[in-house]
Amino acid sequence: MNQFTGKVWVLGDDIDTDIIIPTDYLALPTVEDMKQYGFSPLRPDLASRIQEGDIIVAGKNFGCGSSREQAPEIIKALKVGCVIAKSYARIFFRNSINNGLLLIENSEIQDVVKEGDMLTVNPGEYLELNGKKYSISTLPDNLMDIINAGGLVKAMQKRNGVI
Amino acid sequence: MGMTIGEKIIARAAGVDVVKPNDIHTVTLDRMMSNDGTTHLTVDMYNNKLKHPRIADNKKVVFIMDHNVPAENPKTAEAHKKMRNFAREHDIALYEGQGICHQIMMEDYVCPGELIFGADSHTTTYGALGAFGTGVGCTDFLYAMTTGTSWVMVPETLRFNLHGKLPEGVYARDLILTIIGDIGANGANYKIMEFAGDGAHNLTIDERIVLCNLTVEAGAKAGIVEPDEKVVEYCESHGRQAVHMFKSDEDASFAKVYEYDLSKIKPVVVRPDFVDNFDTLEAVRKEKIKIDEAFVGSCNNGRIEDLRIAAEVVKGRQVHPNVRFLIAPASQAVYIQALEEGIITTLMKAGAMVMNTNCSVCWGSCQGVIGKNEVLISTGTRNFKGRAGDPSSKVYMANAATCAASAVKGYICGPEDL
Amino acid sequence: MGYTLIEKIIKKNAGLEDIAPGQIVTVNVDRVMIHDIFIPFVADKFQEMGFKKLWDPDKVVLIYDHLVPTSAVEDVRHFQIGDAFVEKYGLTHVHRRDGICHQLMTEAGYAKPGDIVFGTDSHTTTYGCVGCFSSGIGYTEMASILGTGEMWVRVPETIKIVINGKLPANVTSKDIILRIIGDLRADGATYKALEITGSTVDEMSVASRMTISNMAVEAGAKCCLFRPDEKTCRYSEVSLEETAWLYGDDDADYERIINYKAEGFVPVCACPSQVDNIHPVSDVEGTRIDQVFIGSCTNGRLEDLAVAARILEGKKVACKCIITPASRKIYIEAIEAGYMDILAKAGCIITQPGCGLCCGRAGGILTDGEKVVATNNRNFLGRMGTSKVGIYLASPATAATSALTATISVPK
Repeated sequence: MNQFTGKVWVLGDDIDTDIIIPTDYLALPTVEDMKQYGFSPLRPDLASRIQEGDIIVAGKNFGCGSSREQAPEIIKALKVGCVIAKSYARIFFRNSINNGLLLIENSEIQDVVKEGDMLTVNPGEYLELNGKKYSISTLPDNLMDIINAGGLVKAMQKRNGVI
Repeated sequence: MGMTIGEKIIARAAGVDVVKPNDIHTVTLDRMMSNDGTTHLTVDMYNNKLKHPRIADNKKVVFIMDHNVPAENPKTAEAHKKMRNFAREHDIALYEGQGICHQIMMEDYVCPGELIFGADSHTTTYGALGAFGTGVGCTDFLYAMTTGTSWVMVPETLRFNLHGKLPEGVYARDLILTIIGDIGANGANYKIMEFAGDGAHNLTIDERIVLCNLTVEAGAKAGIVEPDEKVVEYCESHGRQAVHMFKSDEDASFAKVYEYDLSKIKPVVVRPDFVDNFDTLEAVRKEKIKIDEAFVGSCNNGRIEDLRIAAEVVKGRQVHPNVRFLIAPASQAVYIQALEEGIITTLMKAGAMVMNTNCSVCWGSCQGVIGKNEVLISTGTRNFKGRAGDPSSKVYMANAATCAASAVKGYICGPEDL
Repeated sequence: MGYTLIEKIIKKNAGLEDIAPGQIVTVNVDRVMIHDIFIPFVADKFQEMGFKKLWDPDKVVLIYDHLVPTSAVEDVRHFQIGDAFVEKYGLTHVHRRDGICHQLMTEAGYAKPGDIVFGTDSHTTTYGCVGCFSSGIGYTEMASILGTGEMWVRVPETIKIVINGKLPANVTSKDIILRIIGDLRADGATYKALEITGSTVDEMSVASRMTISNMAVEAGAKCCLFRPDEKTCRYSEVSLEETAWLYGDDDADYERIINYKAEGFVPVCACPSQVDNIHPVSDVEGTRIDQVFIGSCTNGRLEDLAVAARILEGKKVACKCIITPASRKIYIEAIEAGYMDILAKAGCIITQPGCGLCCGRAGGILTDGEKVVATNNRNFLGRMGTSKVGIYLASPATAATSALTATISVPK
């Protein structure tokens, strides 16, 4: 994955899955239909303002709550470049990996970043903001295997000889 | 020249001795009922359109939440909040989730000889106790609520002389659906449908409710059964006195008189998408029409007698795995009686889904909504296109026994097919 | 060196000699649960992945509960896709109208002590109440299990929680788990297993333990396990011998051991709008409320309805009080015990078993400025209507008591 730079949207701690996509919209047929409602309980205009390659910076326990995989899918459908948070809830973390959404754990950037800042991400190495670098870690091998395969669907397709 | 029951009720409400068809009279209303389908609109008009709004007599007004209970989205929750706050502010009787408006009105308010407006078309129900109930829009309702009065044009009366008894396995619902099939969906437009004769008196109050409730589907302004001892008993057992027991005079003038022999009535299945699209179960069952959902409930057919019939049919059987069988008791009192008779247990054990008391599937907006190309068989009041969900879906209307039997088999059939 | 309960389950399942937290292990899945919200997505992914058949149809359970009864035309699509999936792949364990998935999984015997079970719902942690390792996953991962019967897991660290003593009157297992979440915080057990022991939980019914396992995910836990005992074995219809190996060793390597005295618990609630915003009910007593909800996979069981019936008997509720039993079986048992009669006479609105209001799609949605006391598991912003609805999570005792006055009240 190459280095990229994106505009930052700042969210707080415990951004739950009902905020990312309220249950009321889960029965809509596709993620494309749902994505306009992303984050609507917290910030109704956010989904319409996010641009391709933007970055979400949040606090601890991002994605807590339900197992709804639409949560990472919607963030991906909004073309968010990556999410940076202090920590992630377990199911959300697995779902993001399985869908190829890049999640970065970092607990320093929240103290310095402001909404609208331009942040540079060098996956597996560092974040860069206002000329200063913040180190980030890499994922375990088995997860990198899934990501390198292009997500769990692709990994299974290879296993089943579909592709 | 004598008067019909409806004419006598209007004369009393207008404070005159005699009325005749097509006269216009100012009447004092005995009672006004509004439900959560439109009350929030009435409240908006009351607050925003009137200069010095006041309620003429808050003791005559009843608000009942039954259409979207409990609320299924913030919009209906907002409408409920408005209704609840208005009722509290003006000390208006408020029912929330305790039953369908017409059933609660029957249990707690209606007396023979009364003139009652309801902001709901099926207000014709109250004729089961010899009252004149009619549906109005929310502007009419607002006028009535603020002045205690309204105007009515005296309708002509159609007289239905009923004779004998319904055969075993045939119900009041079959009778009224047969009548609507005969006279058509506009066959009683602006008119009163008056039911009398030994056949009418043989019917229980619950059966009379079924009859009067659906008269609006023939376009009637009111449906009234000639009141008798059963009406007196019903009122007394519900803590009220039956005072104005009107009967049509011998020389009253009827626009038309119909004779029905109840022993000739057969189980009916009304086909989509009109209430007068009459057919018999005998004919329809041959087609084995596959269903996705069955419903027993509504102000037409959600009373204890209907639940007993449904329970009798499904007892010891299982609802077809691919059918959603919804039961909605017409009121909390009906539900409690059904609990105590073991009916709810029987229905639950058979795999039926017992809803909280409310309009449910018949209202088609928050419970048991049906999807694309789905088929519903229902004891509800209407089968209009899209009434229960998607515009491509189909609604058949039948009695509780047919609906329950169809739920077990998965296609339209009667209890004798089980 | 001994093992924790979760380590023993994973070790036995994978046939390993030894095991340690942090290790990545591929396990053989004993059972999976899919519910109506996610079946269309599971079906899609399963096909997209190129699988032709289920690894074992007997191990797959499909349950319709979130959309029962339907409240929108599109809801039916989920049933249609689900029914087609059942038909095509030969599923036999299908529940279309019997109650909430998590209730049915243990009630109908699909999740047993020592099993490893995954479900497309975060509250799959519930089955830990019978000593089953169960956890929630997304639909892509579910599709891959359906094809392979396998799943990778990271062996979690275990936090042991020991509760000893006798609970005060009107304090229930709901108050315990809320307090634990408040102490651990919403992310305090992320990726970790909880193991709950002590004389207090030994005394508890399986139903009360379910409440605790159910809500453990609100502290981020991967699972929350209880050691099976006679009550568990009776409930799950297994023998004590079969479950004898299911306990955490005293010398196991627990990340933390937290001790509680039962006598110290009081009725608490989670105030808007975080599950870890825990306060004693007495702190918010007198707050006006518009609605009470008693139900959900957390607290919609017979003992919960019994508590509500005891409190409401012969009285009338002062605000809407919605009762949603967790399953058909519970509904019928509640009728037979006379609870439904009492609740209906008190003016409660009794609905069909299902997720009801808890999943926020129907069943008592609220609007701006309204407040609700609810027995379910989440009070997130917008969970039951607009983002200006205040949700207080509490025990059935607190909820029913509050319904009597339409104000938040401490159960007495």
